[in-house]
Amino acid sequence: MQRFTCPSCGLRDEQEFHYISEPKPRPASKVGDAEWGQYLYFENNEKGAHKELYRHLCGTLVLVERDTRSHRVLSSRGATETGI
Amino acid sequence: MSQSHRLKKGGEINRRRRLSFLFEGRPYEGYQGDTLASALIANGVRLVGRSFKYHRPRGLYTAGAEEPNGLLDVTLGDRHEPNARATLVDLAEGMIARGVNADPDLESDRNARLDSFARFIPAGFYYKTFMRPKWADYEPKIRQLAGLGRLDPSSVAPPQDLRHARCDLLIVGAGPAGLAAARAAAGSGLSVWLVDLERRLGGQLLWRQTEIDGQAGATWAEAVGGELESAGVRIMIRTIAAAYYDQNRILLLEHHDRAEDGDGWPGERLWVLQAKRVILATGAHERPLVFPDNDRPGIMSASAAAVYAKRYAALAGRKLLVATNNDDGYESAVVLKRVGADVMLCDLRTTPSQTLLSAMDEAGIAVAVGHQPLKIHGKLALNGVSLGRTSTSVAAKGGAGGSLGREADLLCLSGGWSPAVHLLSQSGGKLRYDPEITAFRPSSSVQEAESVGAANGSFALQDCLSEGHRAAQAALSALGAKTTAEPPRGSEEAPYGSSAIQPFWRSRVQGARQWVDFQNDVTAKDVALAAREGYVSVEHLKRYTTLGMATDQGKTSNINGLAILGEETKRSPGEVGTTTFRPPYTPLSLAAIAGLKRDRLVSLSRQLPALAAHLESGAALRDYGIWSRPACYPREGESEAAAIQREALQARQQVGLLDGSSLGKIAVVGPDAATFVNRLYYNRLDNLKPGRLRYCLMLNETGIVLDDGVVARQSEERYLLSPSSSHSDHVLHTLEEWHQGEWPDLKVHILDETQAWATLSVSGLRSRDVMEMLSTDIDWSDAALPHMAFASGQVEGVPARIARVSFTGERGYEISVPARYGAALWRHLISLGRPFGITPYGIESLSVMRAEKGYILIGRDTDGTTMPQDLGMLGPLKNKDIDYVGRRSLWLPEAKRHGRRQLVGLQVLDEAGPLENGAHTIEEKGGRMVSTGYVTSSYMSPILRRPIALALLAQGRALQSAGAQIEVFHLGSRRPAKVVSPCFFDPKGGRLHD
Repeated sequence: MQRFTCPSCGLRDEQEFHYISEPKPRPASKVGDAEWGQYLYFENNEKGAHKELYRHLCGTLVLVERDTRSHRVLSSRGATETGI
Repeated sequence: MSQSHRLKKGGEINRRRRLSFLFEGRPYEGYQGDTLASALIANGVRLVGRSFKYHRPRGLYTAGAEEPNGLLDVTLGDRHEPNARATLVDLAEGMIARGVNADPDLESDRNARLDSFARFIPAGFYYKTFMRPKWADYEPKIRQLAGLGRLDPSSVAPPQDLRHARCDLLIVGAGPAGLAAARAAAGSGLSVWLVDLERRLGGQLLWRQTEIDGQAGATWAEAVGGELESAGVRIMIRTIAAAYYDQNRILLLEHHDRAEDGDGWPGERLWVLQAKRVILATGAHERPLVFPDNDRPGIMSASAAAVYAKRYAALAGRKLLVATNNDDGYESAVVLKRVGADVMLCDLRTTPSQTLLSAMDEAGIAVAVGHQPLKIHGKLALNGVSLGRTSTSVAAKGGAGGSLGREADLLCLSGGWSPAVHLLSQSGGKLRYDPEITAFRPSSSVQEAESVGAANGSFALQDCLSEGHRAAQAALSALGAKTTAEPPRGSEEAPYGSSAIQPFWRSRVQGARQWVDFQNDVTAKDVALAAREGYVSVEHLKRYTTLGMATDQGKTSNINGLAILGEETKRSPGEVGTTTFRPPYTPLSLAAIAGLKRDRLVSLSRQLPALAAHLESGAALRDYGIWSRPACYPREGESEAAAIQREALQARQQVGLLDGSSLGKIAVVGPDAATFVNRLYYNRLDNLKPGRLRYCLMLNETGIVLDDGVVARQSEERYLLSPSSSHSDHVLHTLEEWHQGEWPDLKVHILDETQAWATLSVSGLRSRDVMEMLSTDIDWSDAALPHMAFASGQVEGVPARIARVSFTGERGYEISVPARYGAALWRHLISLGRPFGITPYGIESLSVMRAEKGYILIGRDTDGTTMPQDLGMLGPLKNKDIDYVGRRSLWLPEAKRHGRRQLVGLQVLDEAGPLENGAHTIEEKGGRMVSTGYVTSSYMSPILRRPIALALLAQGRALQSAGAQIEVFHLGSRRPAKVVSPCFFDPKGGRLHD
């Protein structure tokens, strides 16, 4: 069981979090089909340090950085604090 | 004879308390303190099971959690457990136990003949042989032959407990290493938990000849237990650490000791424990030796025989042969000799140490050096063993006489010890093979866990004590505390303290079956076959032969199996490697995992605020998503189907009342509210005037329709969204995600008001008449409140929101009042509406009426491919030129693809009633039938008196304009239908306004 820190609620169990996606900048709507498809459907799935967006039970969006090999959480903070 | 194999004295049993039990229908007696296994042994019972695949007779092999054979069907009172591990079951008065996988009973199992065909059914046989026409045709029969116990459906497990807790230091295992650790941590001020699956602290100290700090090992263990308790250490006996998850999250399964009083099944409690540091002192498991027929009843792990003798005063045999490839087997032999057994020892090694040999001489134990068991005599119970020289390789038949032989009723095997590394491996820790101990031992931890003692591959007593002590010191200092205890000093009775070992992974006897995995019936030959067929990875070996895949997870078999694979492929065990250990360490019952989440607690449904009033109106409740809602309101003697038709007709022709409280009510408030909702919805919302409503679609970023609903603009800076009941939470989350993740600069608040308001919907020809009966400040005239208008005011003295909106196609009014007034308003409207013929109607009736109008339900009339243009909503696609969620995807090639499935109506052309929901529309293509779409909503329409259906159909709109006739296929039958508009009733929509 992993635990992440929600900026509103503190250290909480993984099961209170809902995975959304990797944080990725939304391209302008003028981009070509290929680039838009890349944004929609492709994720990096880094082995090692990896950023992910989760939504906590309370509604807060949390940006978690963790090592996907060891499941060690490197940082977790509110998405709005930092921008993504 | 009762307890024929019970020793006169000794053991941890309470001889004053006799417990009677049944095994295989025969009555036996045991003592309080016995496990089911030790009681069977005390009664001389040999045969306890039939093996999984070949139905081989099997006896108890171990005394602990690693038991591969002793799975019994156990009943106590109204509780039944189909595959209880006899070594872990506390004996209780009145317990009824039977062997599993035997028909009619263990001794005369009719499937035992399978064993004679064994050479025709090696690993993979079933999958290779029963392929044509398909495996599924054979599977049921084969499953019947192989297997474990059967569930008794009448047995209902009482609800189990699930608890969450946290501690500073968890110590798993209360043998010498675990006790030394706990002793060092006690009194440090930290919260320390010590768990052990046994009922008594001490682990192997309870049967070995040891001395610690001047006391006998077992006495020391008891004294330490007392010290720990008074120092506030939480000691949990009969508790299995079942799983080690990320970030030091441990699952503990605690057995309550209610069986102590003989009055009930031991209860179980699951603990989810969050520990800061963990010390793993889980000990080790003794491996079998691999030789022909090494699985016969009467063959047992040497340490287990010693455990039964010392701890339970139960002698598994009187005339014993101990076979060993290591020094530790000698200690078991001496322990057994001292309790009065006649013991002979055979050492597979040719040069055991002289000190050992002279010690055996002194103890009166004859030793056959360089010998191995060659042939086992006795099938259901052992009666003799022939020995042969280890160095010679012989054929199973013919030369199997051997140079030495012995009558024996028990053969004890000591093949060396495998550290119980399961939890460490689960935690992500790594292992390495150590040829010194011929086993895998921990090499590194990933989490805050340290392995000590035998679990770390350190078998000598002083090493166990020192490692435990040091690990606790390290854990304490990491947590900012200190130990005050001195490390304990221990000594073992020389010369058995040595763990010198020489591997003999299998005997060199040719042609006979040598068992590696007892529980899953895997032989050395199966392993060799896997290697020959190219399954040289240990993971492939496991899956091909099922080695280690039984419920014992190969605790006694994995190392032997992978070492034999190594021999076959000329690799060392270290090069072969181990498979990954996965939780749980021992099987967990589903009841323990479920805890209290059973029956109605499995999933709680939301109740409508006016529930009581619905029940008065005769509601038939059903679950719709998370909500419990009235399906319809059948009158006395009326079927639900008839009620639905009646309600759907009456609500049009007169007036109907529906509870729509579950509909989402999400407010978006703030200076940027208009900008925000305009970006979130497909339809334009910035130009919506305050006091007006608009029907809108919400898309996801791939352009797929996520939800639909009516949006009200309450004021310049306040929008009220009403997403569908079952999508409301999802829409709320989506709004938050976009706000926080993409546009945190927009000044809006998003408020979920869903459960604060009760919403009742009055709809039908006479709906306005009912409204006008209300005492209110709302002007109901169509000029003031036209279709798709919104108003706020008071109704019967309470605050109310009114939405002039309709999901039935009739004039409709939605009245929202604070939730606590919902029931009162329902009763009031029913009584006001009586003169106008008001009927309550439920979701099913609503569903018919909305389908008559071609109004869609998202997720039913749309699927994961439906885009707005497929529903015929083209306006915003063409005219809304700001960027909104999903917009770009509506211009992808897929969105513009010719032949997308579009929403249409289907008119049935035969007399066979409504089409089946989900039936496919088909066409013939090159002689084959292909699906072109499917029926999404199909009903008998009471107002039209004919069946109607909505469908998603490839090129639906073109087919509709052409008035095409298609075929609908369902379960082999084909029916003709005409493609029509999805709106079957009042296509001009006059009834909404008139």
